[in-house]
Amino acid sequence: MADITANFLGIKSPNPFWLASAPPTDKKVNVLRAFEAGWGGVVWKTLGSQVKNVSSRYSAMDYNGTRVMGFNNIELISDRPLDLNLREIAECVKLFPDRAMVVSLMADNTREKWHELIAQVEDTGAHGLELNFGCPHGMTERGMGAAVGQDPEIARMVVGWVMEKARIPVITKLTPNVHSVVPTGRAAVEAGSNALSLINTIQSVTGIDLDTLVPNPNVAGKSVFGGYCGPAVKPIALKMLATLAQDPITSKVPVSGIGGISTWKDAVEFILLGASNVQVCTAVMKNGFRIVEDMCEGLNNWMDDKGFKTLDDFVGRSVPNLTHWEDLDINYHIVARINPDKCVHCGLCYIACEDASHQSIRIEQGKPYNNYTIKEEECVGCNLCKLVCPVENCITMVEQRKGDEYLNWKEFQRRGLPLNDH
Amino acid sequence: MAITNNKLLDSHYQSNFADIHPAFESKEAALIEANRCLFCYDAPCTKSCPTSINIPKFIKQITTDNVKGSAHTIFESNIMGAGCSRVCPVEKLCEGSCVFNLMDDAPIPIARLQRFSTEKAMEKKWKLFERKPSMGKKVAVVGAGPAGLSCAHVLAREGVDVTIHEKESKGGGLMTYGIAAYKVTPEFCEEEVAYIASVGGIKIKYGQELGVSMTLDELQKNYNAVYLGIGVGVARRLEIPGEELDGVVDAIQFIYDIRTNPYPSIAVGDRVAVIGMGMTAIDAATQAKRLGAKNVTLVYRRTQEEMPCTETELNLAKLDGCVIQWLAAPHEILGEKGKVKQLVCKIMKLGPPDSGGRRSPIETKDKVSIDVDMVIKAAGQIPFEELIKKSGLQNKSGKIIIDKNGATNLKGVFAGGDSVNGGKEVVDAVQAGKEGAVGILNYLKTNF
Repeated sequence: MADITANFLGIKSPNPFWLASAPPTDKKVNVLRAFEAGWGGVVWKTLGSQVKNVSSRYSAMDYNGTRVMGFNNIELISDRPLDLNLREIAECVKLFPDRAMVVSLMADNTREKWHELIAQVEDTGAHGLELNFGCPHGMTERGMGAAVGQDPEIARMVVGWVMEKARIPVITKLTPNVHSVVPTGRAAVEAGSNALSLINTIQSVTGIDLDTLVPNPNVAGKSVFGGYCGPAVKPIALKMLATLAQDPITSKVPVSGIGGISTWKDAVEFILLGASNVQVCTAVMKNGFRIVEDMCEGLNNWMDDKGFKTLDDFVGRSVPNLTHWEDLDINYHIVARINPDKCVHCGLCYIACEDASHQSIRIEQGKPYNNYTIKEEECVGCNLCKLVCPVENCITMVEQRKGDEYLNWKEFQRRGLPLNDH
Repeated sequence: MAITNNKLLDSHYQSNFADIHPAFESKEAALIEANRCLFCYDAPCTKSCPTSINIPKFIKQITTDNVKGSAHTIFESNIMGAGCSRVCPVEKLCEGSCVFNLMDDAPIPIARLQRFSTEKAMEKKWKLFERKPSMGKKVAVVGAGPAGLSCAHVLAREGVDVTIHEKESKGGGLMTYGIAAYKVTPEFCEEEVAYIASVGGIKIKYGQELGVSMTLDELQKNYNAVYLGIGVGVARRLEIPGEELDGVVDAIQFIYDIRTNPYPSIAVGDRVAVIGMGMTAIDAATQAKRLGAKNVTLVYRRTQEEMPCTETELNLAKLDGCVIQWLAAPHEILGEKGKVKQLVCKIMKLGPPDSGGRRSPIETKDKVSIDVDMVIKAAGQIPFEELIKKSGLQNKSGKIIIDKNGATNLKGVFAGGDSVNGGKEVVDAVQAGKEGAVGILNYLKTNF
């Protein structure tokens, strides 16, 4: 059995799965149930100035019958009294001392307010702080949340205030609503933040009710941009995470990965791109705390299969496999191959290639089943046919190198080699 | 042993004749299946449909909440798409070629999805087709069955004024009168006919029998063209001793009676033999059982390999408790006081394949006797040979001969469906009607 315990800035948890700051972590009753279900830690829903929430608050993207492929919310930070939150945090820490308790904060934009809030939270016995520089709605209008995270200099200033006061580790949570997360990440690290986490939600409109013509979620006939999350945002989150791992400054601190993580596989991918642990929200909002069981078991089994003893054995292991386009090997060439024994004659590969790729699939009409074969000389190895094929391993990509040596674009140009002739 | 009616309680009749292909109970249930569809290109299901319905498209349209478009896609190719969704032997057509079969997975329930969209269209009375202004041409269609209705609908859409002459009091043809009641109800058939005719330009005259109420000659005189979709007639005779005994009935007549009378009033034997193994034989056998017959035996000259019905239909009969006597050919029917008492069959063996590729049965010396009080003949139907010959139509053993345009040897007279092919599925007749209409439209263009 692999060891899946995690140690994030000295904050230990029995597994790397934390619940992100959100409704599942906004009160004692939820958090205790989460700990009982097996979650390694929580980031308590953001505490800060007084807010009032609206109804409704959520909307979702469904895809081909699958519910909640993407999720959107316009909820604000905790609207419960601060005293109640602080008391319940303390009680949870006492009841589950082996779990991570990090508290998300978003104070009014003054040094005093931040210091006051930090002192109150530290008194609860919480293990760490997460600065909410990411919330994209409601708070930004008051100069908080993403309004801080979108301006590296403001972020640097606020992190500076926090670091003057904080005695427990500080994580700065970044907003994805920027062209690059790196500038704010650097500013936070340079101002002393002990760690980073990302991503917060992405501004979105999930859809419009085609009867009322009101975008959702509908609040008395009006809507606002919300924060998008869930499985749909995972690829974007992974990319942003990778940019932190590639940067010489942000890569110096640990990162807590967030963004559409629903399964152990998603979590492993985040860890492979540099996350030291992960945070989950939407998957729990859809299916409840019980999903952590398979996350732990799946992670454990995969680590055993791969021979990894601890999480540290593979944190960031895929980062070096991301390179620049101009360093890719141009001599590497693959072509598709269709296994006729597995083919079910659905024609999806054919029509995708014919209409949208390189017209590299031959059709042989039959009744009712057509046969499809690859024109290898035309195939550019784009993967499209394999991606749309409904049968596993029916289409495989076979390596047919153009040359033995590694040859990149820069060298290709330097030698004046011929471009594609089609 | 006796042929009697009122064998069961009302509640039993109700449950025995309830719809065997229930519709999806909710939109969600339909969507789960619709979303499984892979949206195949040049799809095998479409290629296996005699009317070439664009199946992936209509299923995709269900998933995009475009049920109206979905219904249009179906009806555009098959105006009886609603009825076909209930009676088509889809296991040997669209669903039989669904690629999921090749993945050892359940095929997409195409018929049920087709029913979902078409039922909605009929319920909401969606007007999916616009008739072009009348072009002032008149066409007589004989027979309001699938071929005739399909032909009439295409013609009416193009602006032809169509009059359908139907000998029965209701339209739908075999759909209304010749198919098991648990597949389609007479009420549904009536609604379907009304929905098809609602495009406008189609007048249906009931109680008009060709050769009785009017002659083909008269129709040719009074209309610019004539389409014959007159179907086929009674069951083929067995040509064996005892066929005239009381208790020997024609499957078509038996089913017709079930379709036109209350179930409790239909008399059925206690021990019934059904001759034949086609869809009509199955419909007769299962319904005899469902009317209260204690034993029903299907008698067939060949084996399961050669049977014309699908395996699904065979299983339906087996699940209803019908017994199958393979390799047995009726030899004589024995009676007592003029009533059926026993069916004697010759045991057969299979010989070499005939011209159609099916192995022919060869008589052996052995016999098998089945004690019965009712024999239902369902060994194929025979065409209206006398009527066809009298009308001067070229034919082959009573089956009307047509050219590639659907035209007969008589000027302006077209034909299609069972009266041409000898008896196939509803969906084949619908396609024949479409093809006949194209032939007629070309004829009208060039001759008037």
